[in-house]
Amino acid sequence: MTVSRAEVCVTAIAECFRGDGEILANPIGTIPMIGGRLARASFEPDLLMTDGEACLISDHAAFAWPEGRVIEAYNPYRAMFDLVWSGRRHVIMGASQIDRFGNQNFAAIGSDYSRPKAQLLGFRGAPGNSVNDATSYWVPNHSPRVFVESVDVVTGVGWDRAAAAGPAATRYMDLRRVVTNLAVLDWETPGHHMRLRSLHPGVSAKEVQDATGFELVIPDQVAASRLPTDEELDLIRRVIDPTALREREVPA
Amino acid sequence: MSDKRLTEEEVVAELHSGMTIGIGGWGSRRKPMSLIRAIARSGLRDLTLVSYGGPDVGVLCATGQVKRVVYAFVSLDTIALDPHFRSARQAGAVEDEPWDEGLFLLGLQAAAWRVPFLPSRVGLGSDLLRLNPRLATVRSPFGDGEELVAAPALELDAALCHLDRADSRGNACFLGPDLYFDDLFLRAAGRRYISTEKVVPTAGLLEEAGTEQRLRIHRGLVDGVVERPGGAHFTDCRPDYERDEAFQKDYGAAASSAEAWAGFRAEWIDRTEDEYQARVAAR
Repeated sequence: MTVSRAEVCVTAIAECFRGDGEILANPIGTIPMIGGRLARASFEPDLLMTDGEACLISDHAAFAWPEGRVIEAYNPYRAMFDLVWSGRRHVIMGASQIDRFGNQNFAAIGSDYSRPKAQLLGFRGAPGNSVNDATSYWVPNHSPRVFVESVDVVTGVGWDRAAAAGPAATRYMDLRRVVTNLAVLDWETPGHHMRLRSLHPGVSAKEVQDATGFELVIPDQVAASRLPTDEELDLIRRVIDPTALREREVPA
Repeated sequence: MSDKRLTEEEVVAELHSGMTIGIGGWGSRRKPMSLIRAIARSGLRDLTLVSYGGPDVGVLCATGQVKRVVYAFVSLDTIALDPHFRSARQAGAVEDEPWDEGLFLLGLQAAAWRVPFLPSRVGLGSDLLRLNPRLATVRSPFGDGEELVAAPALELDAALCHLDRADSRGNACFLGPDLYFDDLFLRAAGRRYISTEKVVPTAGLLEEAGTEQRLRIHRGLVDGVVERPGGAHFTDCRPDYERDEAFQKDYGAAASSAEAWAGFRAEWIDRTEDEYQARVAAR
């Protein structure tokens, strides 16, 4: 079977949750939702997941529940903050900008915050997520506009800013990975500089570096992002995302 | 026994320019829109809005009645960002006080409990501390000595919420998926007003709610009750009605120019609420 780039991304997202056990997997966005469901439907069966609203559900389908949801528990927004602040959650957020230390921005673009060039989402829950929970990011359009030398506003906290803020900020900090349409990146380097972890099939390290606005740590040997197994592909295509929304987010 | 029923106009008459007003609901869900429309028709100005923001913030930004927005997001859910709020921000027309959506809950809780702040890790290392002048840090008095963020009490002059059912004295319940933080908005406010889809006798509330666990608002938290079927339109108010996506799209598109907004305003805001509801029904 031919595997699409979107399906490689789904698999890379699923891999973010490997080893997480019985915590809330909270992937935000189309491909993250599919990837989270894939992790639970295959190698991380104990993950908790929401219906995007006020319930934890056990269904494998990512976006619609034709058979009706199977509700495990009631989880309104208030209970969500209990999960966030107790650290029993791994969130995958988007990023309009992100720098080498993992500082993320999705609040506003421009140097004057009082009158931004572009108002974006606001701070949402990023400050709390990034210092309390395992946090990864999903960037469907890897480009120098997203991967920047310095973000305009720090919404999600990166390693350097957390260190400067002191031990209360770093105590539970757990920045994990960035999955993009080109590659997987992490901070597993001595100075927490962003590193190229794996390349999606057909992508070169130079391509990733050219699409990044700062210098990445690039090991001599870079692994290839793994392909989904036949069983995983079947789950993605038939059960989790039968209408192929993934292909709209990362077109072939 | 006091009957607390009021009209939207009577509620607005109890508000003043310059007030800090908290608004319940979440994004484009169960917002007290008939009260927002009544404010939009009034002469109130220089308002500070405290909200898990949706079109409540967007409408009043579009009418130019907002001085300051205290928020973590202003989203229409199916439209990620309210375009009227976006326009106001990019024009520098409103003051922006950013919060994290969880920290925001602590600010409301602090006000409800009458303490000056509640501590949290949330905000450490982020630009919240740079951009929100009300936030500060506080050192733990215990052996750990951790330096944490102090979420200041979000004290409200008034709160406006929309609940599915209520009695005439202000006991009320939600029927949808989430109460959101409506109870905290009411607890944090000096004057408390709810609108409701339907006023029922007190003895009928439990049957409407299905379980006492949905009877989350008691009359001690409410000063005024507005009965307004469709009062949350066009936001989501399940199970009574879903979000009116077509209407929301038209609302969003009205941010494209001053003329588009003037047209939307003439058609949907500068009318009585009865006319509004009749025109929505005829759409």
